[in-house]
Amino acid sequence: MIEIKGLTSGYGQKTILHGVDLSVKKGQFFGIIGPNGSGKTTILRAITRLVKPVKGSIFLDGVDMKDLHFSDVAKKIAVVSQNMPLIAMTVREFVLLGRIPYYRKLQFYERDEDAAIAGKVMALTGIGHLKDSLMSEMSAGEVQLAFIARGLAQQPKVLLLDEPTSHLDITHQAGVLDLVKRLNRQEGLTVVIILHDLNLASEYCDSLALVDNGRIKKTGRPVDVLDYKTIEDVYKTVVVVRQNPLSMKPFVMIVSEEVRKKCENGS
Amino acid sequence: MNRRPMRFLLPAACLFLTAAAVTAMASGSAGIPLKKIFMIILDGKGTPEYGILMDIRLPRVVLGFAVGGALSLAGVMLQGMFRNPLVEPYTLGISGGGALGAALCIVFKLHYLLPMTALPASGFLGSCLVVVPLYFLNMRQNVLRMQGILLTGVMTSFISSSLVFLILAISKTDELHSIVFWIMGSLEEPSWMLILIVAAITLVCLLLSYFFAPVLNALSLGEEEAVHLGIDTERAKKQLFLMASLLTGISVSLTGIIGFVGLIVPHFVRMMTGYDHRRLFIISFLTGAGFLIFCDTLARTALSPIELPVGVITGILGGSVFIYVLTRRHISGRSGGSL
Repeated sequence: MIEIKGLTSGYGQKTILHGVDLSVKKGQFFGIIGPNGSGKTTILRAITRLVKPVKGSIFLDGVDMKDLHFSDVAKKIAVVSQNMPLIAMTVREFVLLGRIPYYRKLQFYERDEDAAIAGKVMALTGIGHLKDSLMSEMSAGEVQLAFIARGLAQQPKVLLLDEPTSHLDITHQAGVLDLVKRLNRQEGLTVVIILHDLNLASEYCDSLALVDNGRIKKTGRPVDVLDYKTIEDVYKTVVVVRQNPLSMKPFVMIVSEEVRKKCENGS
Repeated sequence: MNRRPMRFLLPAACLFLTAAAVTAMASGSAGIPLKKIFMIILDGKGTPEYGILMDIRLPRVVLGFAVGGALSLAGVMLQGMFRNPLVEPYTLGISGGGALGAALCIVFKLHYLLPMTALPASGFLGSCLVVVPLYFLNMRQNVLRMQGILLTGVMTSFISSSLVFLILAISKTDELHSIVFWIMGSLEEPSWMLILIVAAITLVCLLLSYFFAPVLNALSLGEEEAVHLGIDTERAKKQLFLMASLLTGISVSLTGIIGFVGLIVPHFVRMMTGYDHRRLFIISFLTGAGFLIFCDTLARTALSPIELPVGVITGILGGSVFIYVLTRRHISGRSGGSL
């Protein structure tokens, strides 16, 4: 679905990504993890063409993305970003903006079809009852759901999410990720998601890419990527990795300085 | 102020414009009663009243319609693309360039050579001289830098107004008077042809603006979000900037500097229409046109026979109404920040 080959990119003089190779297959739930500033978001911005490649290419369904028109990309890839809307806009209006890529040449207003799709995706994401609320008056969890609904209104093949759970409590973390997982499993939507929380990444993703200093350190199943040596090496933090007894996925626990010192003295 | 539906706003805006136009036609020192206007126009040429209506008052109404609409439209575009409610057509220094052009024209007495076209032409040329460097100085690797445009625009404004002051300081009394009056803005324009050209360009731009309504709606979420929604933001920004500059340039070159219309009308209208540019464009256009015609009528009649500069009226009236509405909004508990 998405093939990144030898991507070197950055902002102005500053190179962030150095020769990144990444391959996301159709229908995958693909997680990108890594420390702050390692270049996770830059990979996502390169896919949406907000940053241009200095070297290398990105292919979408085998087509080099630099040959695609903006609206063609928006019909295939939807983005759930961290940009909060600052203007007074209702949820329904916000979700309807996701239909813009499908506007025809002389079309200025939504067609019935667009309204129907907006209604459907709001119901699917469970925010149908909020359609007349203002975006600025909703909770962080509801805003994320509205972003996902807008993304779905684009009827994409791929959904890119940039830390959708970062400000949420565990109820909403599970709520958002379960929803994305359902869309992935039932609708066959390919998902690429940046996650800070290693345990959420382990629990939900089929495949992970660990980014370190603008390079891909490791890719594979969570159980292959999340071993304690790799994590300690990349994050410079002492951790213990065990297995979640129900899902059998790896579970990462931080070891605090106090406990670490105790252990060192004890041994 | 709550959002109102279009089925209320559109007729209201049309009614306001019509009322302003009819009032403008009926007021003035000649004292032609409202009822008689239709009869006089139907009777046709020959009467002095017909001359007053068709050659003195109607051109002002049409020009007020075109320039009020153009400035409001340009204001909506610029506030939308800069995502900054304080940007107005004159922020970018286009008016300063126009004033400088006109001042130079008066000092060098070019308007004696070409009485009809010299002043508008040099005003427009002055505006172009500001816009073109503004555009190319802020183009980096095919990307138009918005913050750069804003800052360079404000600086260009300062530079050109300083140059105008310099010209004022060294010019003779009669020239001084012409320059000051040109700068303060007036809807008096003897050439029907120029008026109709401006009106035609403005109406074409109003139609074209609707191609940019979805773009500006997406841009209101931020440039990155607009790209995510499949908008070629760089192309859209360039086209919008040039269109807003054209609208401002033609307005300034024909009427001088009429401030506040392009700032206050879009702001005021946005309180009622919400963020959606499909509503914002047409309602701002009609309201702006009506507002300027109304202000011009006031300028002509308030201290008759002295004609006040219309820019003074738009500033005082627009500013006070706006502050009043804004305070009421805060009292009624709705948070500000309509953009």
